[in-house]
Amino acid sequence: MADSVFHVGNAAGFATDRVDAGAPVVKALIESGAPAALFYETLAERTLAYAQRNRLRDPEKGYTPDLERFLAPVLADCVTHGIPILGNFGAANPAGAAKAIHRLAKELGIEGIKVAVVEGDDVREGLPSMQVQAWEEEPLFDVGRNDIVAANAYLGARPIADALALGADVVVTGRVTDSALALAPLLHHFGWDGADWDRIASGVLTGHLLECGAQATGGYFADPGYKDVPNMADIGYPIAEVTDDGDIVLTKPAGTGGRVDERTVKEQILYEIHDPANYLTPDVTLDLMDVRAEQVGPDRVKVSGARGRPAPETLKVTISFAGGWLGEGEISYAGPGASARARLAADTAKQRVEREFPGIDIRTDVLGLVSVLDGDGGGLADAQSETEWQDVRVRLAVNAEDEETASRAAREVETLYCAGPAGGAGVRLNVTPRIKTASCLIPRESIQPRVRLVEAGDD
Amino acid sequence: MTDGLVEVPLREIAHGRTGDKGDRSNVSIIPYVPDAYAYIEEQVTEGRMRAAFGHRGASKVVRYDLPVLGAFNFVLDDVLQGGVNGSLNLDGHGKSLSFLALSVTVKVPQSVVENARQARQSDGAA
Repeated sequence: MADSVFHVGNAAGFATDRVDAGAPVVKALIESGAPAALFYETLAERTLAYAQRNRLRDPEKGYTPDLERFLAPVLADCVTHGIPILGNFGAANPAGAAKAIHRLAKELGIEGIKVAVVEGDDVREGLPSMQVQAWEEEPLFDVGRNDIVAANAYLGARPIADALALGADVVVTGRVTDSALALAPLLHHFGWDGADWDRIASGVLTGHLLECGAQATGGYFADPGYKDVPNMADIGYPIAEVTDDGDIVLTKPAGTGGRVDERTVKEQILYEIHDPANYLTPDVTLDLMDVRAEQVGPDRVKVSGARGRPAPETLKVTISFAGGWLGEGEISYAGPGASARARLAADTAKQRVEREFPGIDIRTDVLGLVSVLDGDGGGLADAQSETEWQDVRVRLAVNAEDEETASRAAREVETLYCAGPAGGAGVRLNVTPRIKTASCLIPRESIQPRVRLVEAGDD
Repeated sequence: MTDGLVEVPLREIAHGRTGDKGDRSNVSIIPYVPDAYAYIEEQVTEGRMRAAFGHRGASKVVRYDLPVLGAFNFVLDDVLQGGVNGSLNLDGHGKSLSFLALSVTVKVPQSVVENARQARQSDGAA
């Protein structure tokens, strides 16, 4: 009976997530006695572009920078108890990550670890010769342009399941759909048929629930007095208990912070979903219209009703390219009249930047008044009245073609120290290169995912 | 005013979360209690949500209803000022926008507000 339920735990929802989240999840997986897998999701859209840049600087790098810090607390326990670890922490260099894992295993005294990589997602070289189609309403991207930093197809769960079939203790991927990292061990364990669309849809929904880590267990949720969450400093990361029929119970390790209830689960079910009847993945088209969430115990929510239809014939490719420079400057004003002085400061700096760089894309905010909810024109903030006592911060931001322009614009905030309103304090300037992204589609048969075991000394 | 109804921000009877892809944002609106669903369905229309995001340049709003789950999903186009690709907003992903959506008001019986308040305060356990 133990094998009729498979447990999937998640230990990270992005590359700079908490590195200590995995240990309580692994402890819970071991204590359950059920067959289980653990996964790390560390690749947001732009992350791969930054990873490519890291690899250009150092050919050994280009995988998730915190890889060793993520894995060190759990690797020995997972290998000992037969809990495979899966992660897209290979980023731009899965083989490099695999070698790093072998080095880590050696340091930890773990013998005979098997590390597999899934490759073939990187289509930077091949894209110009593929039959590229437009993505949704986006104009067709010029795949021949010369400033592409990264171009990766979203692979599905099949090659990851193939890697598990090789007996891998750790499977390292580059770009795959986040949900594939949870679906793959379910495919491997239950042997679901390729056309068993409802079960595969449940596996994708499992991954979707888990892929953002604590976002299913009370993270990104708390609103004091409305939605209270206990002990967020030690929030437990999610575990899904999945049956062969595709029913899911979402929970978290005992003794951790956070909460799992119908509300936390529903928010995550719809996170980053557009048409809920047509969530496209390389593995299945997921239909959420019959999905329900039902509390079945403390911190336990049953999720059922996922429906699936065949996956599209195309794969999505995300392309990252150089996107100019972001220049930012900030300065604080506090006490009586602070917001009036801050508005004067913002207007003064903006006037000087626009005079020096006519037509530049610029925005100013006063943080502490309406800012992030406002439009670029600042209409909501302008309508706000002064209050007696405030502590606010001016922020100026520009988009520029080159670093020099971004830097000079940002520095107009610094000149407010001596030439701006009274009491300006705490200037910070920040100039960063931007990465832009575009998407397109390629026929599924354009690429052949590759799966192989990487030995400790392999190049 | 309709007799017997009180006008409250959505936040009193529902919760939600924002996600983004490109310059397209989605905001889920999830009633705390089943009896709030019909009032949201009737009153929180695509047009009203588009008006709430008018200063953000919302060009199109589509509402997807999920009666089985007990939730609504609003998909808003062009509210991210270029998205993380080009936005100069500190919140380029629009992650804070769910609270703008939750400021839209609805007229509901006081009992719905009270039921929602009680549901929020339960510990969520079965």
